[in-house]
Amino acid sequence: MLNLIVCVKQVPMVTELPWDEKRGTLRRDLAAGMMNPACKHALEAALQIKESRPAHITVITMGPPAAEEVLREALAMGADRGILIGDKLFAGSDTYATSFVLAQAIKKQCPDYDLILSGCYTSDSETAQVGPQLAEELDLPAAAYIEKIDITGRTLRVRRFVDNFRETLEMEFPALVTVAMENYQPRYTTLAGLERAFKEENIVSLSASSLGISFSTMDTHGSCTKVRKVFLRKAQKENIFLKGPAAIVVNEFLKNHEDKVSSAIGKDIKKEENDNG
Amino acid sequence: MGNQKSIWVFGDYRNYFQNRVTLQLISKACDLARRIDAEVCAVVIGHVVDEYIMEYTAHGADRILAVDHEILKNYSADTYLAVMENLVRERKPEIILIGATDFGREFAPRLAKRLKTGLSADCVGLDITDEGLLLQIAPSFGGNMLAEIVTPERRPQMATVRPGTFKEIPHNYERGALVERLPLITNLPGQRVRLVEYEKSAERQHTMENSSVIVCGGRGMGNRNNFKKLHELAKLLGGDVGATRPAVYAGWADHSALVGQAGRHIKPKILFSFGISGAIQHTAGVGEAKFIVAVNKNPQAAMMKMADVAIVADAGDVLNTFIKELKKRIRE
Ligand SMILES: Cc1cc2nc3c(=O)[nH]c(=O)nc-3n(C[C@H](O)[C@H](O)[C@H](O)COP(=O)(O)OP(=O)(O)OC[C@H]3O[C@@H](n4cnc5c(N)ncnc54)[C@H](O)[C@@H]3O)c2cc1C
Ligand SMILES: Nc1ncnc2c1ncn2[C@@H]1O[C@H](COP(=O)(O)O)[C@@H](O)[C@H]1O
Repeated sequence: MLNLIVCVKQVPMVTELPWDEKRGTLRRDLAAGMMNPACKHALEAALQIKESRPAHITVITMGPPAAEEVLREALAMGADRGILIGDKLFAGSDTYATSFVLAQAIKKQCPDYDLILSGCYTSDSETAQVGPQLAEELDLPAAAYIEKIDITGRTLRVRRFVDNFRETLEMEFPALVTVAMENYQPRYTTLAGLERAFKEENIVSLSASSLGISFSTMDTHGSCTKVRKVFLRKAQKENIFLKGPAAIVVNEFLKNHEDKVSSAIGKDIKKEENDNG
Repeated sequence: MGNQKSIWVFGDYRNYFQNRVTLQLISKACDLARRIDAEVCAVVIGHVVDEYIMEYTAHGADRILAVDHEILKNYSADTYLAVMENLVRERKPEIILIGATDFGREFAPRLAKRLKTGLSADCVGLDITDEGLLLQIAPSFGGNMLAEIVTPERRPQMATVRPGTFKEIPHNYERGALVERLPLITNLPGQRVRLVEYEKSAERQHTMENSSVIVCGGRGMGNRNNFKKLHELAKLLGGDVGATRPAVYAGWADHSALVGQAGRHIKPKILFSFGISGAIQHTAGVGEAKFIVAVNKNPQAAMMKMADVAIVADAGDVLNTFIKELKKRIRE
């Protein structure tokens, strides 16, 4: 039996996400957070592996208590077990610290894994770093942005499209992949399935102390980066406003900026003397 | 080289587009190097790399570290990591900049972890703080914000930078650099990830990053048909069409047209923006546009505030009129 681990993260819900409309009800149940879209693709890839051969899927997340909801959602989609790592000590972790903590939990709770799947990036921090850094932490062969997985025996074959190259890569288990968004469209979670999942008991909660992690551990393995401040981006432009019917504003724009447009497009758009436009 | 500080740029050259990113980073590194009195060093790993040694020299590098070996012919995270880790441990650069290409984004996090140092992703700006630290400016989650990130203690300070964020310095083939050709390390690990086959694909080949005219459309285009007309305008102007995330999700545009934090970073001479509110995740990708013309019926939209010319009107109407007018005017 294959032992699969999927790393998922709860991210703030953004109304623009298309799956928001489809799952309006689900969203309300999940309050302010949702499963990071890329993580869902990773979970879907794991579920498809499980459909073709015996497999056990552990979903793991590090986050606040509310992050348990994404584990429940994963169970509803077909995962077998959830691990929630939560501790104040881990709040504000950068990817360096996050990958360390995830690695400790994996070593402790499911050391006999064959394949770890992570999303390619999170929609809140978008670093795309946790997957590769987890591979480094566990000293695993890894491939990022994979679009297709095939397994033969203990050999993993993946396909991906990176930097204008189509690549097929092979590696032996245990390994780690980060799953791209192109493929593995996540399945629909039914409300009933979700309700059931909220009654399940196969969720393990881990704290820093249960992982043997202390303040001093986080001194060496904690965040290396520091956020100094966050600020609004501001404009330093002339910022001319034109208002009125389209025909008028377009002509006014062209009258004032035809040189600019001409030089940018490399074609002359100046109005000729006897042009009757 | 004594105690001379060094800013390293990873020479990513696998295709034309990645190579441009390297040149852009060398340019920025030169700028930063002046401020902390450092040299700029380009690291070139691969096989038959003389072309890049020359190019990086011409574009501003003071020193080139080249590891040229048959085994390094293919980009491989395993081997490139080992080579790079070794160089860094030996020479202790102050800063390492890596292009946020697919390879860079896979390679840099592992390198940072191995070196036990911090890494900020996808920076849209770099600076030096009063204390001489690398200030890494990265779009921050959710809000309309940018975050200033530093790596206070660990070294090297590392950042990946989105393609198109900085401008390359024009080449100067008269320039010289100290070129060090280094032997391959003897304890190179076996490649655990085997490249079975690869093919350079024409798909996604054309990039918007170098386009001088971009026409972007957002949710305010209202429907697919209106959005389609952006292509007509782009064609007239000889440019490309970009899209915001809602437009991509609505199926009006391909994901490859997405402009912003999660998509492309463009720096056209002129950007036309139709029906776009200007959320930071989108504008993080258009900050380098020289001249911005925004059309939005809401004058308060953030996109309108960052535009050179803000046209308060219906996007579809302006688009149609503009196309009609241009057709009359354009002479090749
Ligand atoms: C982590 C993360 C990453 C993201 N990455 C990206 C990214 O890379 N790129 C991206 O684009 N988005 C990204 N987004 C989404 C982003 O936050 C915005 O939601 C998105 O850019 C808004 O797109 P929009 O301007 O088309 O739509 P809206 O914000 O809905 O704006 C539509 C605008 O059109 C105007 N309008 C409406 N009708 C008309 C009309 N008839 N004529 C003229 N104007 C009209 C409205 O006044 C409004 O200003 C990301 C979000 C998150 C959370
Ligand atoms: N707190 C977390 N808990 C579990 N997995 C995570 C966490 N943060 C990031 N990941 C995984 O790493 C991927 C990339 O995240 P990021 O590096 O933040 O863009 C995500 O899609 C997840 O699979």
